[in-house]
Amino acid sequence: MFAIRNIGTKTFRLCRNLAQKNVANLSTSTDTINRSLYNFSDEEVQLKETVGRLAREKIESKVREMEQKGDVLPEIRQLMFDNGLMGIEIPGKYGGTESSFFSSILVVEELGKVDGSISVMCDIQNTLINTLLMQLGSDYLKDKYLPRLATDMIGSFCLSESSSGSDAFAMRTSASKNGDYYTINGNKLWISNSKHAGVFFVMANVNPSLGYKGITCFVVDRDTPGLTIGKNEDKLGLLASSTCAVHFDDVKVHEKNILGKIGQGYKYAISILNEGRIGIGAQMIGLAQGCFDKTIAYTRERQQFGQRIFDFQGMQHQISHVATQLEAARLLVYNAARLKEAGKPFIKEAAMAKYFASEVACQTTSKCIDWMGGVGYTKDYPIEKYYRDCKVGTIYEGTSNIQLNTIAKLIDAEFK
Amino acid sequence: MSLRILVGCKRAIDYAVKIQVKSDLSGVVTEGVKHALNPFDEIAMEEAVRLKEKKLANEVIAVSCGPAQSQDVLRTALALGADKAFHVEVPAKEYETLQPIHVSKILAKLAEQEKVDLIILGKQAIDDDCNQTGQMTAAVLNWPQATFASKLQLKDKEATCEREIDGGLETISIKLPAVVTADLRLNTPRYATLPNIMKAKKKPLKKFSPKDLGVDITPRQEIVKVCEPPKRQGGGKVASTEELVERIKKLGVN
Repeated sequence: MFAIRNIGTKTFRLCRNLAQKNVANLSTSTDTINRSLYNFSDEEVQLKETVGRLAREKIESKVREMEQKGDVLPEIRQLMFDNGLMGIEIPGKYGGTESSFFSSILVVEELGKVDGSISVMCDIQNTLINTLLMQLGSDYLKDKYLPRLATDMIGSFCLSESSSGSDAFAMRTSASKNGDYYTINGNKLWISNSKHAGVFFVMANVNPSLGYKGITCFVVDRDTPGLTIGKNEDKLGLLASSTCAVHFDDVKVHEKNILGKIGQGYKYAISILNEGRIGIGAQMIGLAQGCFDKTIAYTRERQQFGQRIFDFQGMQHQISHVATQLEAARLLVYNAARLKEAGKPFIKEAAMAKYFASEVACQTTSKCIDWMGGVGYTKDYPIEKYYRDCKVGTIYEGTSNIQLNTIAKLIDAEFK
Repeated sequence: MSLRILVGCKRAIDYAVKIQVKSDLSGVVTEGVKHALNPFDEIAMEEAVRLKEKKLANEVIAVSCGPAQSQDVLRTALALGADKAFHVEVPAKEYETLQPIHVSKILAKLAEQEKVDLIILGKQAIDDDCNQTGQMTAAVLNWPQATFASKLQLKDKEATCEREIDGGLETISIKLPAVVTADLRLNTPRYATLPNIMKAKKKPLKKFSPKDLGVDITPRQEIVKVCEPPKRQGGGKVASTEELVERIKKLGVN
């Protein structure tokens, strides 16, 4: 238990100091034009610092407990809503923060430094749910759900099924029309946030004979009869993030709860996941950085053979290599985010960012355990949790292989 | 009763930073070092905002004296709930020798101009630990003061304040307008919510120069040397209680 206390106060201070040094570079009060990807607006700097502080001071101490309980604590969920972290791009008139996509990315990254589950909860809400609703929702849907999503309701995105993961369009969940109602039947799997979600954005096919062109997005309230939340998967990591099956047995949804147009669901899914993967990239770089910072602090203290283990050249070479990869991953994520904000094409860059960031996070956390030695392998130290948490990064929201397919397709198109 | 409150916000080096003395011993390194709102000023800000939420105050004005970067802490203050901010711009070189005596005159002038009923300051800044500005400001204005406040209650035009003093706790009652300085246990400051950070950029921020306020900031001190405190020497070990008593007696302590 000493170990936890010691690494607690020392690394807290060190991580804060690190945050200070990095943030000092972000000052916008210089005379020369700073085109670095670290040139943030004043609001972005403030948001980043505030969330970083909030995460370290209020969330970090509860992380282990939430992992052991397999759930986000109610007070932490409340904290996220109260501080405006769940409605970052939602306009003020709906009770949201009214900030930008890049701000969401910075928030997800800062949360990732402390806990991957909290980070992904925030990411899904902001980059998938809120964005879908704001881009495609009718006034009825926006007025009904945006204020809730900003202040107290979690949303879940239901696409995957037991026989359709990467092959998302092979989904079997169907929606048959009855007058002005649709009846949804099917089973969704791997649904994050589902345990506490108040609303589900469900992809169901209204006309299977049309293939994927029948896929439609329905906004379904949790308490709709026939909707049941199934078992929570017992996962390797992100244990505080609920990943349940969601069952639809004759769930009746009025047609005014259709998001966007009938049969366009496949398009919406693809386009929103393009943005969402920048968010996952941010979560991954946050996880990697959080793990790295704590590990370096340790290597500068731990002595063997009469010197700090950081001072061995072998260690330094490994550390520098990993730091360089992490820096590159972060720049890919930031650049993809800025391109999207600017309305420029960003799909290739987003795929590269997610692919690279998730692979780098896995490598970084693995090396961090090596550098920590035996203690890195124990649960007394926070390092092994980062290693387990980031593994899913190469899998969800589009596996690495799918990202590579996407990148290749776009490269091919560039040469046409 | 709707009071106007002025809150002092100083931009000081962040509490978690490891301070380094400049090699020429003229001061500490501030370039590229993380700064933040002085923690005691954060507490002062929190108290002012709470008074506004209780409807005892209707306007909270944040003020900071310093170079251009001081606007950062004013933005923080606006995000925490201040209605408007004043930046008294003091160029970096002159800021090095700006002392509480100057700041108190600036605050006094602003308080008079804005017809303020209550000035809440942090009890001291964590960079210079002066613990003077509040007291001097009250003296300049000839207002009552309640320093090291750990509890503040307002009723009609009177403030009841519990102060943390060396001997314990002291409760005093003072008439407004007055100066109060915040101590650690006055409250626990809130985090600025993200929506409030975004809304803060729409709030007014006005710039002044000390000259505009008729305050002369000519330095009255010259910094001769700044150095680290001497490294702590290890204590000695004694073999018995008798020896310990002998050693203490030798040091002249009774």
